[in-house]
Amino acid sequence: MAEQFRTCPTTGLKVHLPAETLIKVNAVAAVVCLLVGGLAALLILLTRWPAIHLLDEEWFYRLLTAHALDMLIAWIIFFEVAGLYFGSTVLLNNRLPAPKVGWVAFILMVVGGAFINYTVLVGQATVAFTSYVPLKASPLYYLGIILFAVGALTAIGHFFAALVVAKKEKTYEGSLPIVTFGLMCAATIAVFTLLHGAAFYIPTFLWSAGILPHIDPEMYRLAFWALGHASQQINVCAMVAVWYLIATLTTGAKPLNEKLCRTAFLLYVLFINVASEHHLLVDPALSIWHKIVNTSYVMHLAVLASMIHAFAVPAMIEVAQRKKGFTKGLFEWLKKAPWGNPAFASMFISLMGFGFVGGITGVTFGTEQISIIRHNTWSITGHFHGTVVLGTTLAFMGITYYIVPLIFRRQIFSETMAKLSPYFFGGGVFIFANAMMFAGGYGIPRRHWDVTFAGAQFPFQFDPTAFFFLALTGLGGLLAIIGGALYVLNTVASVFIGKKIQ
Amino acid sequence: MSITVERIWWRPLDREEKIWVTIALIWCLGTFFMMPVWHVIAKQNTPNESYKVSVDDFEKIVIAFNEKYKVREESGVPVVHPPAGSDIYLAGTGIWQWSSILELEAGKEYRLHISSIKGGGDVAWQHGFSIVSAKFNANFMIVPGYDYVLKVTPTEAGEYGLICNEFCGIGHHLMAGKIIVKG
Repeated sequence: MAEQFRTCPTTGLKVHLPAETLIKVNAVAAVVCLLVGGLAALLILLTRWPAIHLLDEEWFYRLLTAHALDMLIAWIIFFEVAGLYFGSTVLLNNRLPAPKVGWVAFILMVVGGAFINYTVLVGQATVAFTSYVPLKASPLYYLGIILFAVGALTAIGHFFAALVVAKKEKTYEGSLPIVTFGLMCAATIAVFTLLHGAAFYIPTFLWSAGILPHIDPEMYRLAFWALGHASQQINVCAMVAVWYLIATLTTGAKPLNEKLCRTAFLLYVLFINVASEHHLLVDPALSIWHKIVNTSYVMHLAVLASMIHAFAVPAMIEVAQRKKGFTKGLFEWLKKAPWGNPAFASMFISLMGFGFVGGITGVTFGTEQISIIRHNTWSITGHFHGTVVLGTTLAFMGITYYIVPLIFRRQIFSETMAKLSPYFFGGGVFIFANAMMFAGGYGIPRRHWDVTFAGAQFPFQFDPTAFFFLALTGLGGLLAIIGGALYVLNTVASVFIGKKIQ
Repeated sequence: MSITVERIWWRPLDREEKIWVTIALIWCLGTFFMMPVWHVIAKQNTPNESYKVSVDDFEKIVIAFNEKYKVREESGVPVVHPPAGSDIYLAGTGIWQWSSILELEAGKEYRLHISSIKGGGDVAWQHGFSIVSAKFNANFMIVPGYDYVLKVTPTEAGEYGLICNEFCGIGHHLMAGKIIVKG
């Protein structure tokens, strides 16, 4: 057993080698998906920029589907699985109880992801991320999603098993570290959202294979969003856990009141799932009071959780910084923060962006009357790029700068690229997410190949100002892609040709 | 071990933390109450009337409605002028068109039924009903098998764009029509 461990020279923690390998392969798979999704992002960005309008409509909708699945599902969940293994082994001095199960989960996810990408790229699944019935993909597509989800569920079960083992073998004392606690909340949300996913992807698969005659489209919408939105709360939870981790690693900060932070995590678990109904605010079939109840009361308790983290994370950094002597005025602690450290910069931009760009717009667009104005416009796309790209993706990018030296035992290839990446990426997403939201305000639809309606019977002419925002989206998007490319190149270079750390 | 657990969970909040949580909670309660309150105050809410209907039945209703009130055609699409204040029917079709161009009168309330039909195509898709103009936009879901009833009172004469904003297949971007309001 002993030879399965090494001791990390930096942290002094025991690292379980089979766990380390699984963290590596999942993290690599995540970055590969980010690369594929990023290439798709570049091409669809250049298509929605009316002055360029690069792809034809077939390829636009195919790559739009691939972009969403590779980013929102594959990149984020692979990275989260790596995070779950890290949080349940390295952070707890612990071992993974069944590395073989970890490999089964990984293979299921890779095979599922391959099915999804294959069917989408050959044009058998041009159904967009939501695959709203009666849009029909080939059965292989739904099977791919089911396999990916089963793989992810297996990995999550493995995570919980590792927590039990750690507790039994007393590898740590006291409470779980807050990062692992946050990941545990994310994993809990993941279990019920993925089960929701199974509850409707399995019948949809059977429908696509010709076994079930009919799926009610509204039932599908209701069930889909129990997965589609609630699963974003896995990302929020994991992202916040990463904020705490980066804050501690970069400034030595400790949560000021663990009760407060942990209660906030629990609020996510308890209250976020029903809020998914805001996707259905302008749908038929559901009564208005059903919609109001589900989008108002408990959703705001989940919002309260984000408000608490928005206080707790900067507060712990401020206290740590003041202890170091940065006490002048109100903001010296922030001015003298380690802005040149890419992990810190990523975390802080992620925190501000998630709150002010993604969060606030989510809360407002999710109200009954504003939903009438914003539903299915590009504003919605702007909103969720504020949450999952500026928020989750940037936070995950930030922690990579610690995972590479600690787990891959390689030095970061280029300090300069690492320093620049979060500012390009964060600034770019900030610009394009906001520009998308303004464009949506003019009624510019999401998921649309040509908003000039060339060739349509009755082309509608949008306000010329909207086209300014379309171009601004293109420019901001290019900046973000430069930042993303710096990250991917630097990470790949570090892993393969970075200087080895003994 | 359990002592450590208790210490983490039961340490009281500091003053700043209490103030922040209180403010945040009050704000959350405010937004919570505003949802139902604004539903009562607001003049424009999400419609609350919808029915299950078979796609074929709705198609028959739309065809009969178009035949009865058709006043002319534009590029092969019927322009329909129904009586003021009546029940009117509009569908997105399986060939990525709108079933008609509605011609309405300003200041009159209509009951607009929206749904999805095959209309010569193979499938009744989900569509997005999106009215766009220089001044405003409004968006509702069109779900096959459901008749969604919007109470509409056009207030200003003019032509309004009607576009689909839910992805409904490769022809999605061609699905642009209009609604005409007469003064």
